[in-house]
Amino acid sequence: MSAAGYSVVAVTAVVVATLAVGAYGWRFSRTTSDFFVASRTVRPGLNASAIGGEYLSAASFLGVAGLVLAFGTEMLWYPVGWTAGYLVLLVLVAAPLRRSGAYTLPDFAESRLESRAVRRLSALLVVAIGWLYLMPQFQGAGLALAATTGTGPWLGGVLVATVVLVNVLFGGMRSITFVQAFQYWLKLTALLFPLLFMVTIWLGDGGVSPASTGTTPGDSWESPLAGTGDQQLYTTYSIILATFLGTMGLPHVVVRFYTNPDGAAARRTTLFVLALLGLFYLLPPVYGGLGRLYAPDLIASGDTESVVLELPSRMLAGTLGELLSALTTAGAFAAFLSTSSGLTVAVAGVISQDGLGRRLGGVRAFQAGAVVAVLVPLGLALLTEGVGVAQAVGLAFAFAASTFCPLLVLGIWWRRLTDAGAIAGMLVGGGCAGAAVIATLLGMAPTGWPGALLAQPAAWTVPLAFLTMVGVSLATSRRVPRHTARTMVRLHAPEAVQLDRGILPR
Amino acid sequence: MPDTSPRRVRVTSPRTGAARVQRVPVAREIEAQTALGEVYMSSLLRSQLRLALLALATLAVVVGGIPLLFWLAPELSTVEVLAVPLPWLLLAFAVYPFLFAIGWLYVRAAERNERAFTDVLDRS
Repeated sequence: MSAAGYSVVAVTAVVVATLAVGAYGWRFSRTTSDFFVASRTVRPGLNASAIGGEYLSAASFLGVAGLVLAFGTEMLWYPVGWTAGYLVLLVLVAAPLRRSGAYTLPDFAESRLESRAVRRLSALLVVAIGWLYLMPQFQGAGLALAATTGTGPWLGGVLVATVVLVNVLFGGMRSITFVQAFQYWLKLTALLFPLLFMVTIWLGDGGVSPASTGTTPGDSWESPLAGTGDQQLYTTYSIILATFLGTMGLPHVVVRFYTNPDGAAARRTTLFVLALLGLFYLLPPVYGGLGRLYAPDLIASGDTESVVLELPSRMLAGTLGELLSALTTAGAFAAFLSTSSGLTVAVAGVISQDGLGRRLGGVRAFQAGAVVAVLVPLGLALLTEGVGVAQAVGLAFAFAASTFCPLLVLGIWWRRLTDAGAIAGMLVGGGCAGAAVIATLLGMAPTGWPGALLAQPAAWTVPLAFLTMVGVSLATSRRVPRHTARTMVRLHAPEAVQLDRGILPR
Repeated sequence: MPDTSPRRVRVTSPRTGAARVQRVPVAREIEAQTALGEVYMSSLLRSQLRLALLALATLAVVVGGIPLLFWLAPELSTVEVLAVPLPWLLLAFAVYPFLFAIGWLYVRAAERNERAFTDVLDRS
């Protein structure tokens, strides 16, 4: 059988396994609560695997290795930041967010600030971030399938969208939880197993440092500072800020917290996730490093994102190498499927509650929301080509850090936040971050300092959003929500204490 | 016609021994949002926030210090440990156990704070 043949078999196996594991979950999905939050009964171990499976997108599975291969050590800040983002989330948000008792981010915003306007703005932002993040997943799936099997670039995206839609339509969150937990372990195996063979070969060849083979002499492959010239320190810290603070604002991350039984379980789940992410992120950079030694031609051809897919067959001759390459292709598809599933559930939840809920209601509205949530970004992905997977994902992080991060942090820890302050902060932060990245993507950015400020905007947009939120809240101090004290009790008091927590949101 | 006159009850002395002190559980104080209840809630909030800020400060100093360190001393990035460059060793391997350790210590301390709060409320 040819190498492409093995890849087709591997991708088919992942798709079939995903549908089968999902079907196992369908049997349990009956109520609206099953569909939205798996009835809030998911144990920390299973839930953490599901969060890991959902979070490790194509950007992690393919993008990190490619970026490390092309640009070197500085790109390690992305996996570090994506993991540290969970630590920030654990410390500031995890337990209170679960205790808020809300289904989605707009639910949280409305119950904390007692304002419909904040709810509508949050819903809009959730859908925007979700679509921004779904689009590169579909595009990446198309590229990966085209690279390994030689099909048209549209097929991969359509395939992923169809499988996700089937699982979400029939099983909602309950079904997706099983699928994603399975896919975390699949992704880990798909990277770890080939790596064992490849590291053995590397050690057999004398174990030379990847930094020793500079393709361009004098480049700083081993330097941990991103960017060029004077802006190095700024660019590096801006990446750190965007990833550390952006994680908590991603809709598919936040929606997962409502599936925990209580606040303490939410904390333990997050700790478990930290361990699983740390374990996974040890692997992709090694592909990048080895790729520099064994597949340096990928740098010249600009095809660095396929290093994970191609390296096993480059380093190992014959059928074994082809089989291992098929395994990493299967892992890449698991990455596309799981992240798209999680995003679809999160976006569908918001669309159905805020867009369709009044007309349809319940499970029907959720299913209609899921169709909209998948078809729009799929259409966008098929229409616009060329925005890199890692670039679009980076944009989503900077955008989330500038909008939902201040809303969550101030909403949970600061009693004097007002609805007017929250709206102003989200508009200013989101507006600036959005404008900066659109300018960069359209190629309108100048060089030097202004260019650096626009390419990595988080270091100035996040503080600006926080300051606006605090400033406007203080100026409108008469608008502090009436039940703030009671909401604070609900967010922070442990469940073991019998207390009047006010009216829980739906 | 309904009987509107109150039912007869036997009257006994309410004073059996010494006068009792009326005790209001702290949980009721919190519910009624009295000043005392506020004191308990804001002390929980403060201790949790202090803990969170401590964890974030550790993260900021140690992990956030890495770029500054290599910016001030660029020659450090050429140091190699077992054929692996030092920055690579820090960012690709060493940082993850460190992140987990902060998280683990944080969860333990946060649960201890909550237990202390629950104990105070149960004892009252």
